[in-house]
Amino acid sequence: MTQQRSAAGRRAGTPLLSVEDLHVSFGTEDGLVQAVKGVSLTLAPGEILALCGESGSGKSVTAMSVPRLLPPTARVSGAVRLDGRDLVQLNASELRALRGSDVSVVFQEPMTSLNPSFTVGFQITEVLHRHEKLSRRAARARAVELLELVGIPDPAGRLKEYPHQLSGGMRQRVMIAIAVACEPRILIADEPTTALDVTIQAGVLDVFRSLRDRLGTAIVLITHDLGVVADIADRVAVMYAGRIVEQAEVTELFARPLHPYTRGLLGALPSAARLDGTQRRRLREIPGMVPAPYSDPDECPFAPRCPIAADDCTASRPSLDRQGDGDGHLAACFHPGLSTVEAVDA
Amino acid sequence: MGWYLLRRLGAAVIVVLIASVVVFLGVRALPGDPAVVLAGENPTPQVIASIREQYGLDKPLPVQYFDYLKHLVTGDLGQSTQDKLPVSQILANRIPVTLELAVLAMLVAIVVGVLFGTIAAARRGKFSDYTATGFGLLGLSVPHFWLGLLAILLFAVKLRWLPASGYVPFSENPAQNLERMILPAVVLGTGFAAVLMRQTRSAMLGALSADYVRTARSKGLSGPRVVGVHALRNSLTTVVTVLGLQLGGLISGAVVTEQIFVIPGFGKLTVDAVLTRNYPVIEAVVLVTVVGYIVVNLLVDVAYAALNPRIRLAGATNG
Repeated sequence: MTQQRSAAGRRAGTPLLSVEDLHVSFGTEDGLVQAVKGVSLTLAPGEILALCGESGSGKSVTAMSVPRLLPPTARVSGAVRLDGRDLVQLNASELRALRGSDVSVVFQEPMTSLNPSFTVGFQITEVLHRHEKLSRRAARARAVELLELVGIPDPAGRLKEYPHQLSGGMRQRVMIAIAVACEPRILIADEPTTALDVTIQAGVLDVFRSLRDRLGTAIVLITHDLGVVADIADRVAVMYAGRIVEQAEVTELFARPLHPYTRGLLGALPSAARLDGTQRRRLREIPGMVPAPYSDPDECPFAPRCPIAADDCTASRPSLDRQGDGDGHLAACFHPGLSTVEAVDA
Repeated sequence: MGWYLLRRLGAAVIVVLIASVVVFLGVRALPGDPAVVLAGENPTPQVIASIREQYGLDKPLPVQYFDYLKHLVTGDLGQSTQDKLPVSQILANRIPVTLELAVLAMLVAIVVGVLFGTIAAARRGKFSDYTATGFGLLGLSVPHFWLGLLAILLFAVKLRWLPASGYVPFSENPAQNLERMILPAVVLGTGFAAVLMRQTRSAMLGALSADYVRTARSKGLSGPRVVGVHALRNSLTTVVTVLGLQLGGLISGAVVTEQIFVIPGFGKLTVDAVLTRNYPVIEAVVLVTVVGYIVVNLLVDVAYAALNPRIRLAGATNG
């Protein structure tokens, strides 16, 4: 299955989306907050890319820069190319034409992301009317198909229901149905399963997988849950303090994490081997705090928390470079792969 | 929904009954004796006694109350002690006048308040927001009577655009009627527009930061559609609540406004009745006000149900 996934990731050579040197900052009362500081990444058609990192690492802001669903105070520079068209340059009405049709979003909170005052049917057909100029009847029929696609039983009956009549998992499926209604080429899923029970999570992830397989939708999955990443992603970009610090195919990343931050994330993950009692030990946490977003000194931003930081780490900032001969394993670290952490642990 | 309404209706009847007791006792607790007022200058005790007897004021209170209730049910509200006309007939003449004034004032308030409240919220922190909020504060602070006098000075005396006062029934001459009602309606509506503006603005600010608004934006919907459909629909409950609560203020506002513009409405009737201790009229006026309140509350409840599927559908499953 993992092999199949990697194959899907490599399926197409030319990227569908390429983000180049993206910077996003917000003017606040406390000064300019740099949320994203020069992120570059690509997304192939049909690929599932996971953006990982702690809260405040800039993963959501990076992803939401694509349809520019950012607060009005956001300042965006760099380029976000979809089919060669730079989305950063689009005006408001061009962006609206893009949202919901080429690029759509599934948000984290299924309980509140649907409008409580309108029926499920209204909220699905609304996006169809907006982008596809379907007749009422055709839109309704399409809405039934969509609910079927996301695995909702009795889809025709659900159209007349209101969000409060549905469970969280069902609401998230409705959100996904809305998001894929116009067969977007890119689906951004912002922590789509975080608010759901584990059993329901698996079902929702299955929906994403089948959408990718049936519609060829490329998915940007924002998550801090490495279990979800391992389950569904083709490729992973790990973000820290507004930058990508490591990027690799999912199997490669889990087998050979190079950046100490990635290692820290993996160390904070419980595993079955540890739970069976033979290797029982405390889950490691990463000491320290994410740096304040107001300043950006010329040093490795992870250095203050890094167990293997040396003098060169505070002298300059490492760039995101290709590591070894793996296909596209990138890491921004002067000492990639050094495992002082494990030495300390043993 | 039917069950929901029936329950509300039952509660309303009980409230009206309680109100009738309170009104009855309240009027009799007022200082001053109506028989003395009616008897004119230097009355003899015999005259006062006969007046008491004529109006049933010599009977014990419970008996008076049940007499009153009996007549009430048959639509007989008694006779005005001033002009001897049936109170029901007086009310039938006065209520439509005030109703028209109230409806027009409400219209002014809804159009101005909801529109500018929505604009202020959508443009939070911008010039139009500060302008709307500033005028809102002004509208809240300025008393009716002062605004009414200023409006008469400006539009009637200086500019001579509109008549200063008076009333022409709508059925007689709609154009003249509206001409005379515009100023009072605007004056009366201003305060409510201000309250409604502020409440709409804050409800809309809440709605605009809601997750479903972000979802609406992510669908590629236009700004007016996101604000005017997705956010406004969820703010309407607040608007309706405020409207319902403000209706009491509208009645007391009508009292003042009708005095200024010399409109023979319910408010003016109230003032005149209190000044002459016209018991039957006062009782009727207060009772009508109470019923008016209850009807409005009932309408608010119906509107809640219509606006909020959670209430509507909960009613359906219960009944």
